[in-house]
Amino acid sequence: MITSRTAPVRNASLAVTNAVFIGRSVRLSLRNAEALIMAIMLPVMLMLLFTYVFGGAIDPGGDYVNYVVPGIILLCAGFGSSSTAVDVAQDMTSGIIDRFRTMPIRSLSVIAGHVAASLARNLLATGVVIGVAFVVGFRSSAGFLEWLAAIGVIALFILALTWLFAAIGLVAGSPSAASGYGFILLFLPYLSSAFVPTTTMPGWLQGVANHQPITPVIETIRALLAGTPIGHSAWLAVVWCLGILLLALAWSLATFRRKAGRR
Amino acid sequence: MHEFAIETKGLRKAFGRQTVLDGIDLTVRAGTIFALLGPNGAGKTTLINILSTLTKPDGGSAYVAGRDVVRERDAVKRSISLTGQFAAVDDMLTAKENLRMMGRLSGFTADEARARTAELLKLFDLEASAGKLVKTYSGGMRRRLDLAVSLVADRPVLFLDEPTTGLDTVSRRALWETILQLRSRGMTIFLTTQYLEEADQLADRIAVIAGGRIVASGTAQELKSRVGEDMIELRGADDELLAVHATDGSIQDIRRTLNELAGKVPADTRISLRKPSMDDVFVALTTTRLEEAAQ
Ligand SMILES: Nc1ncnc2c1ncn2[C@@H]1O[C@H](COP(=O)(O)OP(=O)(O)OP(=O)(O)O)[C@@H](O)[C@H]1O
Ligand SMILES: [Mg+2]
Repeated sequence: MITSRTAPVRNASLAVTNAVFIGRSVRLSLRNAEALIMAIMLPVMLMLLFTYVFGGAIDPGGDYVNYVVPGIILLCAGFGSSSTAVDVAQDMTSGIIDRFRTMPIRSLSVIAGHVAASLARNLLATGVVIGVAFVVGFRSSAGFLEWLAAIGVIALFILALTWLFAAIGLVAGSPSAASGYGFILLFLPYLSSAFVPTTTMPGWLQGVANHQPITPVIETIRALLAGTPIGHSAWLAVVWCLGILLLALAWSLATFRRKAGRR
Repeated sequence: MHEFAIETKGLRKAFGRQTVLDGIDLTVRAGTIFALLGPNGAGKTTLINILSTLTKPDGGSAYVAGRDVVRERDAVKRSISLTGQFAAVDDMLTAKENLRMMGRLSGFTADEARARTAELLKLFDLEASAGKLVKTYSGGMRRRLDLAVSLVADRPVLFLDEPTTGLDTVSRRALWETILQLRSRGMTIFLTTQYLEEADQLADRIAVIAGGRIVASGTAQELKSRVGEDMIELRGADDELLAVHATDGSIQDIRRTLNELAGKVPADTRISLRKPSMDDVFVALTTTRLEEAAQ
């Protein structure tokens, strides 16, 4: 029976469309074994490296693990969400996007699916970082609300960064170009207060480090988990993340439309 | 039901300074198979992309199922299904998952999607590998799945961009069979091809596109009568092509042609008879156009 006996004349609702694409992206993530192992192993390796190899030199007191946990969370989040650029570029350059575009669905949901899967992957990696951190001696003074707030900030950061990578994937002409462009962003955490206080850096670098988005996000998470003073960091972090998120969304949307119209 | 499933008037499209479509007028009657024949780069894919709402035309108008492809995109999308030139299936999913995903995206419930998936896997002979990742499929299997995926939802107009390129003879014939069945169920099929034989076997009407224009259109019979029923090919001792002549295939016409050639070509020239190819039609049609222009 070529023509369907059961074919409905309904359209898929937006909710179903989103659910289907999220399910697809999660499945693709689970099947990309190398990337998944990397996403779990990287936090473990970084945690051990910074605690046992660098930690003694940076802070002989052994307290470095408490300092560095937020930095490693963001480093892993950056790494984990960068694969969104590749996934998006892959879909945009293979024929599949054309099929979705000829269907009566909101095809931008393909991208939203990748973003949702990235959020899930990276929250999992964050869980691994925190788990390993506790094993190697991390202790937190945070209560339930502080943990909740910290995870909220981390999720917002991952979301903003993932949409930024999605936009990069949309702009890039190929998956490998996407991965190349995305690489640059991964250096930002090193130029922040993630691993050493910015006061230890040369003056000109302090200027950069203090005024880039990672530093307030790190300071906010650190303040929430370790009880250091939070100052202006909290609202700066939220403003930075929301700003990046909105820009990345607008950029993604515009690029998607432009590519759709031009082909 | 509209009389014409597809109707275009003066359709134009340029990429930068390169004009790809330069005023395309065509009509496709509902429930028929229409073949667009043209060489590489003729603009076949571009035309399909415009008709399936992927690309905006620069000028002219196009209606599919009675709706304007630019102003009523969403309505057009509800009436069409596209199998692009390159397989558009998800390599990291299985055939079953691909089909179910399309079912859900076409508004089926989970149960309906499952039932439809089973139907199509059987129909396209993909049951044995339904659970394998598509990246392990052969080109032919991938193409079959690709077509199955476009048939998940029941749309009245189907676009097929070079559906049989890269298929072996058996798969090609099986696909032709499927396409003919689709027509018998009332579907309108717009396909592109580089093979005259394919257009000949399948299409109710054929249009030849070259230089951004439709240079000829009609039934397969009408087009071939403009080229000749058969072609006589003359090859030299090293198998190099010396000349091609059109003939109606009768003994008397072949004898006449050979008599004319006697003395003009070496005695060891070999001759063979074959059916007109896309190239022959193309050459014949473009030269008649030039002759018409010269008069
Ligand atoms: N997005 C694009 N940007 C620029 N040029 C394009 C674009 N798409 C197609 N072209 C050009 O338009 C011309 C027609 O391309 P098209 O793909 O429509 O041809 P076709 O008839 O489908 O060819 P083929 O048989 O090789 O598939 C080609 O010269 C191609 O280079
Ligand atoms: Mg083409």
